[in-house]
Amino acid sequence: MRFGVIRFPGSCDETDAVLACERVPGCSATLLWHGDADLHGVDAVVVPGGFSYGDYLRVGAIARFSPVMESVIAFSEEGGLVLGICNGFQVLCEAGLLPGALLPNEGLRFLCRQVDVEVVRSSMPFTADCFPGERLSIPVKHTTGRYYAPPAELESLHAHGQIVLKYAAGHNPNGSLDDVAGVTNQAGNVLGLMPHPEHAVDPLTGSRDGLKLFLSMAHAHG
Amino acid sequence: MTRARVLVRPKAGILDPQGVAVERALPALGFSGVANVHVGRLIELDVEDPSQLQAMCEKLLVNPLIEDYEILEDASA
Repeated sequence: MRFGVIRFPGSCDETDAVLACERVPGCSATLLWHGDADLHGVDAVVVPGGFSYGDYLRVGAIARFSPVMESVIAFSEEGGLVLGICNGFQVLCEAGLLPGALLPNEGLRFLCRQVDVEVVRSSMPFTADCFPGERLSIPVKHTTGRYYAPPAELESLHAHGQIVLKYAAGHNPNGSLDDVAGVTNQAGNVLGLMPHPEHAVDPLTGSRDGLKLFLSMAHAHG
Repeated sequence: MTRARVLVRPKAGILDPQGVAVERALPALGFSGVANVHVGRLIELDVEDPSQLQAMCEKLLVNPLIEDYEILEDASA
């Protein structure tokens, strides 16, 4: 399986994302330049963390219109797997691929810490290697990570099993509604999350729990 | 050209921590009697066709899910 990791001007986690993908047996990863609409035949797309286009106007607002994103939207409509991490999550929300929006942290501070994230739903391509209720230790590092969706939409997300990951009790770092850490689209082939699984792939840096998401994607691809 | 200003505000009912922080800071400087502080964004632009402003707001300048906006046009500019 070949992952494609997008590089925007201002991305900073794309190299770690490539390394995480390459840790999955049988998988390789390639960088996709934001100005190139060609996805080069990759089997899954990772929209990485960082500060795409300087986060000007709103986080993710400008990246959403880059040539590569038009192709990512088409790719997702055909059922392709798309994983958005942190800034990538923000971009996918702005692109309308995921419901809701990310707002400045409740405490207004940049946060960088290890948190426990609970797997709410494991019957999907991104979390199939986890068991429901499993706690994953994964770092967050962001200023704009407070998940918000209007009340009716939030209720619908719960009802349709679209809340895939939530911060464990006492671990919500940013004031996200209902402790939401990661959401999927209705079809279940696009996932966005604020924590950084690509930074949790080696015990040397505290945890390898994040690798399970990449392993799950590879197994889903078969 | 028409000079236009777009005022972007956090939507009512959504926690606005910047507004809260400013509201708390003012009394510390001796300014009392301040309430309901919200911090938004001002976008100024010259446009040939002001009828496009609303579409610009909805497509890029504003995220209607979390923000309200108001367009002010100044034809004399």
